[in-house]
Amino acid sequence: MGAVVALDDLLQQRRIWKAQSTPLPPSAQPTGHAALDALLPTGGWPESALSEILMPGEGLGELQLLWPTLARLTRSGERVVLVAPPHVPYPQAWQAAGVDLRWLVIIQASGRDALWASEQCLRSGSCGAVLCWPQRADDRALRRLQVAAETGQTLAFAYRPLQEAINPSPAALRIAVDARPAQVRVLKCRGGLPPSAAIPLAAGQ
Amino acid sequence: MRWACVVLPQLALDGVLRRRSDPDAPLALVTGTAQRRVLQTVNPAARALGLRPGQSLIAANALTHDFTLVEYDPDEIERWQQFLAAWGYRFSSHVSLCYPRTLLLEIESSLALFGPWPRFEARLREELTTLGFRHRIVAAPNPLAARILANAHDGLAIASDEVMRATLGKMPVERIGLAREVATAFARMGLRTLSQVLALPRDTLARRFPVQVQQHLDTLLGERALALECYVPPDEFDVRIELNFEVASHQALLFPLRRLTADLAAFLAGRDSGVQRFALHLQHAEAVDSIIQVGLLSAERDPAMLFELARGRLEQVQVVAPVRGVRLMARELPAFVPEHRELFDERPQQSLPWEQLRERLRARLGDESVQGLRAQADHRPEHAWQTAGDAEPGSILQGPPRPGWLLRQPVPLRESAPRILAGPERIESGWWDGGDVRRDYYLIETRSGQRAWAYRPLGESGPLMLQGWFA
Repeated sequence: MGAVVALDDLLQQRRIWKAQSTPLPPSAQPTGHAALDALLPTGGWPESALSEILMPGEGLGELQLLWPTLARLTRSGERVVLVAPPHVPYPQAWQAAGVDLRWLVIIQASGRDALWASEQCLRSGSCGAVLCWPQRADDRALRRLQVAAETGQTLAFAYRPLQEAINPSPAALRIAVDARPAQVRVLKCRGGLPPSAAIPLAAGQ
Repeated sequence: MRWACVVLPQLALDGVLRRRSDPDAPLALVTGTAQRRVLQTVNPAARALGLRPGQSLIAANALTHDFTLVEYDPDEIERWQQFLAAWGYRFSSHVSLCYPRTLLLEIESSLALFGPWPRFEARLREELTTLGFRHRIVAAPNPLAARILANAHDGLAIASDEVMRATLGKMPVERIGLAREVATAFARMGLRTLSQVLALPRDTLARRFPVQVQQHLDTLLGERALALECYVPPDEFDVRIELNFEVASHQALLFPLRRLTADLAAFLAGRDSGVQRFALHLQHAEAVDSIIQVGLLSAERDPAMLFELARGRLEQVQVVAPVRGVRLMARELPAFVPEHRELFDERPQQSLPWEQLRERLRARLGDESVQGLRAQADHRPEHAWQTAGDAEPGSILQGPPRPGWLLRQPVPLRESAPRILAGPERIESGWWDGGDVRRDYYLIETRSGQRAWAYRPLGESGPLMLQGWFA
């Protein structure tokens, strides 16, 4: 029985290549954007894994990408942790997006401490999602975050500059946010080839 | 069989010896005035050298110099008695110190927990031996009988009143706790043992001896109840470990720290309380103590957690001088409320509860590092948010959309002519609290496509000030 389960796991994680492709079980973590869900192989965020959001600058709708997910998590009583956010979240906007501020926690840290705090939060399994803004994070640090997310079965999101797109990353999903035209592209997704289509995303609306 | 009596025949000596690395070296406790120093107690090695209790120090020095002298300290004995009472409190809720150097434990109600008496007794003996205290243990139906029987016996366990009466009857009258003149009077009357005394008619005994004698005998036989003053554990925890050497790295402090936090946790478990704030004193030879305050958001008592938190704070501290002793003090011990857990937890994979995670983060990153967010009903962006320890929803103002990110400090916008998408929206407020704000806000799009929230103070023509990002 255990062997069967292990084989299922292997197939789902796409560690074994199979000539005849089978659809993956749908993700329990929809992004809240119907167009994006349709692009992703599991129809949502990869569960218990790290997702990277790459962006050339701020103010491009990078929060809007996550707000539906965060709203869903906080409404069901899951804690959302922001580790060392670059700015102050404006409560009015976050609440308007449906995020329950009672379940929002902000951790002030810098540099290596921020990475440590993210890893602790992910590993503990007591948070629904952990958002971090790693600066100068190398492959090793990201791998640690990915492993911690797997251990704690928690959604992890890392915001990084778009220049990092050329570097390989252990994240299960890499999404780039473009400014002109305002759109979202999937660069890498575990469990399928990244779709070539981009979906439009407009900021500030 | 209700009471166990633990007699500690050489408490003062054991208290000194257990601190020493060479307990077999000759040692004597000395007391008396400066003019006439007298040996109070000697250990077997010193006795072998010819030293005797009661000998004057001059006579002892005339015999030999190869022994260590330690001052006999009555306060020290009191401390050890309290320590042992706290130890005994783990086995019984009724612990009494009413006789000197004696621990009385009510055991009948503890037998269900600690097994039959032989096993219980073996455990007591084992722990006392590990702690380094010589002892005699006797169990008897009443506390006074247990105390008196311990004068002559060790390891005796008496279950019934008849056996106790018979055993007590064989005790010589000098050793049953009577005043010396009374015992002498009995001896001169030809009464050698207790059974002979008890054979006398009650009224003749009452006529010849003070009332206390009859009362004492009745208490001894369990015919008269004895009210014992019970040990009450102290309300605060204060334990100190002295190090044998000077410690300059925190690695070497971890062992004593682990022992102290484990002691604290055991103490808290015994009192069914938790600790919310404790202080770690690092004692130096010449400088003032370095004090490390460890604060928690809620009362806790898990030894591993207490150790980890204390360690987290300890590792951050730079100490001015090498450390000679570590002392842990906890004064506020609120009641411990176990964490509320759902039977069908939403997150079964949870390995570390949020409360512990929060304490761990605070221990390393600082007390103020973990914050919640609260909305404030204010139109000024600077005043529209507030950090909160435990966030409760604040009131929200309805109005035009606000940016998701707010810059802590507005910065001048580098671009000269951005595209204005919406605005101006005037925010004019705060004339009553000194934070007067009169600004026109615009929703703008920069040349690179970023959407920002920027303002220009009313009546000025400088660059737009960037205050937020519509992310």
